Amino acid sequence: MPMDAQDIERLIKAAFPGAEVTITDLAGDGDHFAAHVVAGAFAGKTRLQQHKMVYDALQGRMGGALHALALTTAAPKD
Amino acid sequence: MSEQAVHDWIRKAVANNDVVLFMKGNKNFPQCGFSAQVVQILGHLGVDYKDINVLEDMSIRDGIKTFSQWPTIPQLYVKGEFVGGCDIVREMFQAGELQQLLDDKGIAHAPSTMTA
Repeated sequence: MPMDAQDIERLIKAAFPGAEVTITDLAGDGDHFAAHVVAGAFAGKTRLQQHKMVYDALQGRMGGALHALALTTAAPKD
Repeated sequence: MSEQAVHDWIRKAVANNDVVLFMKGNKNFPQCGFSAQVVQILGHLGVDYKDINVLEDMSIRDGIKTFSQWPTIPQLYVKGEFVGGCDIVREMFQAGELQQLLDDKGIAHAPSTMTA
């Protein structure tokens, strides 16, 4: 069962309150998304840790229901 | 193979090869766009690496995810250390951090321009 952009955004926002989440449906097929997440929780974390935090927020769907999510992350700029 | 045996196999593979890419397909014929991107970047950098096709062995395909605690493939290892998947490798490459990592680990690569 593919996920839609709102599901992805909801899960990420639930894990990172106040985060800025931008989801793009890359192919228009509801199966290939890009997500850009800017969250205060990322401050001081490595890129690997940041991505892992987002994957954790998706609760096991990454690599399963969610085949393709091109992810970029950043901490907010002051 | 048990998960333990698979993890042992993976541990050996990443210990015995400086750069290892767990991918779908092989470096000459990637079978997934994400794997293909990493192959392209490593090729551009002229890095010598071992490719392991997870599609050939279901136990490795599952085992690498639990070994790295990372849910997707491809996965890049340098000197036994997990670097990341496609997005991270691409971002690091674009920022020049991948080249820096290879330098720091003493791994030969071609001088790079930012135009892969």
